[in-house]
Amino acid sequence: MSEVNGIAALWLREFKVFTREHSRVVSSIFTPLLWLVVFGGGLGSSIIIKGVNYQTFIYPGVVSMSVLFTSVFFGVYIVWDRKIDFLKEVLVAPLRRSTIFIGKVLGGMTDSLIQGSILLLLGPLFGVHYTIIVILKAYLVILIMAAGLVSLGLIIGSQMESPEGFGMVVSFVIYPLFFLSGALFPTEDLPSWLSSLVLLDPLTYGVDALRGTMLGTQRFPFLVDLAVLSSFTAFMIGIGTQAFKRMKV
Amino acid sequence: MGIIEVKEITKVYEKITAVDHLNFEIEEGEVFGLLGPNGAGKTTLLHMLATLIKPTYGTATVNGYDIIREPGKVRRSIGIVFQEPSSDDILTGYENLMLHAMMYGVPRAEWKSRIREVLRLVELESRAHDRVRNYSGGMRRRLELARGLLHKPNVLFLDEPTLGLDPQSREHVWEYIRELVEVENVTVVITSHYMEEADHLCDRVAIIDYGKIKVMDKPSALKSEIGEKIILMGVKEVPNTTDSLPFLTGYTKENDRIELCVDDASMRLKRILETFPTFEKVEIVHPTLNDVFLKYTGRSIREGGTAEGGYMQRIMRQVKKR
Repeated sequence: MSEVNGIAALWLREFKVFTREHSRVVSSIFTPLLWLVVFGGGLGSSIIIKGVNYQTFIYPGVVSMSVLFTSVFFGVYIVWDRKIDFLKEVLVAPLRRSTIFIGKVLGGMTDSLIQGSILLLLGPLFGVHYTIIVILKAYLVILIMAAGLVSLGLIIGSQMESPEGFGMVVSFVIYPLFFLSGALFPTEDLPSWLSSLVLLDPLTYGVDALRGTMLGTQRFPFLVDLAVLSSFTAFMIGIGTQAFKRMKV
Repeated sequence: MGIIEVKEITKVYEKITAVDHLNFEIEEGEVFGLLGPNGAGKTTLLHMLATLIKPTYGTATVNGYDIIREPGKVRRSIGIVFQEPSSDDILTGYENLMLHAMMYGVPRAEWKSRIREVLRLVELESRAHDRVRNYSGGMRRRLELARGLLHKPNVLFLDEPTLGLDPQSREHVWEYIRELVEVENVTVVITSHYMEEADHLCDRVAIIDYGKIKVMDKPSALKSEIGEKIILMGVKEVPNTTDSLPFLTGYTKENDRIELCVDDASMRLKRILETFPTFEKVEIVHPTLNDVFLKYTGRSIREGGTAEGGYMQRIMRQVKKR
């Protein structure tokens, strides 16, 4: 029971901090909108891919991007916690380290989910038609993706001493994940070297699942995408738990 | 049996032995002080007892639980107030306490009443719903004292509880500590490099230097061991011998200034003044724990703690960081 309360406490804290830092929400919505409106709108005026306007084509990709950035960057808050010494208060509590990790992951997923939802609301403006099924499937994909990516961010954060260091390492991880995911282009007819890199990127399957769900064009069956994403997430949670166990005060 | 029993506890960091084979016991209900300069190993010892770090060698029991084999049980039965402010300043005081109650498994039915209780104890009820960011350094310390007590620990560890506070807030915090010891009936282990603080608060102190305990006793006993001094100034006639004062433990003469070391100045003063009939001024010097420290370590403890940074400075740095 106390472990459940512990998870609730850690989640509640992240949620409260999130709702009080309005700049976090605004800045994380701004970049995806820039991609959609300017980049998507600009290329979309002359390009049609798989029967849809380019702007519509990248919409699922940009939603994935928003989840990716918000989730992985959430890891910086463990670095902050260390800096402001709040981490000590948490680590000395009679909670398992895995409990602390799960609480943090849920906190990060909530951030991503709220931001994802704001973007999803804008979907119809970019040519996406929603049904209940589409929305449920989209949330399922976003949730699994966010869990894995928040874990990835926390793993990096648990090893870092400074937010600057975190930023450096994360940009090495986050941009390849984004650009190789097919968020901005179809992945079917790529040169073989690029194609194999794309297949190694877990985000590829998230983008593919979202695109299939929203636009009906996808490369892999939905369940294959889910299976790959879930394995990635399970793997990240496993490593994250270990990383938290080894984390020093 | 002591509520804390330390057995051969040792911590080695690469080449430095921070804590060196310590053995001692702390009795239930005691306020026990670990005194020493910065870097003496006090915080390392405290963190080992609180199961935040593992000893290199040896162990200890806290509330009967072994710190190595049963860290979970130890943690549930202790409270700790860190040297650095460790509350979340975006949250309110009340919210910080609520999170603590949840994480420490305080029964849900008791959350509110218990939070109200500890807030009253440190007189923060009226500021409970302000963000911690807007608290003063002293208030933040008090909040963290309240937090350390929230889950009714048997032992409360306080790591430099008044580091960096101004003298007035410091005395204020002392009052709260004394009061909560009475109200909550908790054993307190305190680290400090303020000798005055230890003298005020502690039933027993251990002077620790380079990871070893130099001496351990009641502050009054330690001070009486040093003895008191009677200083006479402007002495004109000096007797040839001090044989008539067999209780003297020390005697130094510098021109017309004479220092006499005695066990109890108020008792011996009369005899001394009879022996030295001509003088202009007399002064009685009572020993402080600082003198005790000097005696056992050969140096004076450095006040201020610039190396570790003041409490307020740390808060300021945090505010900027966010």
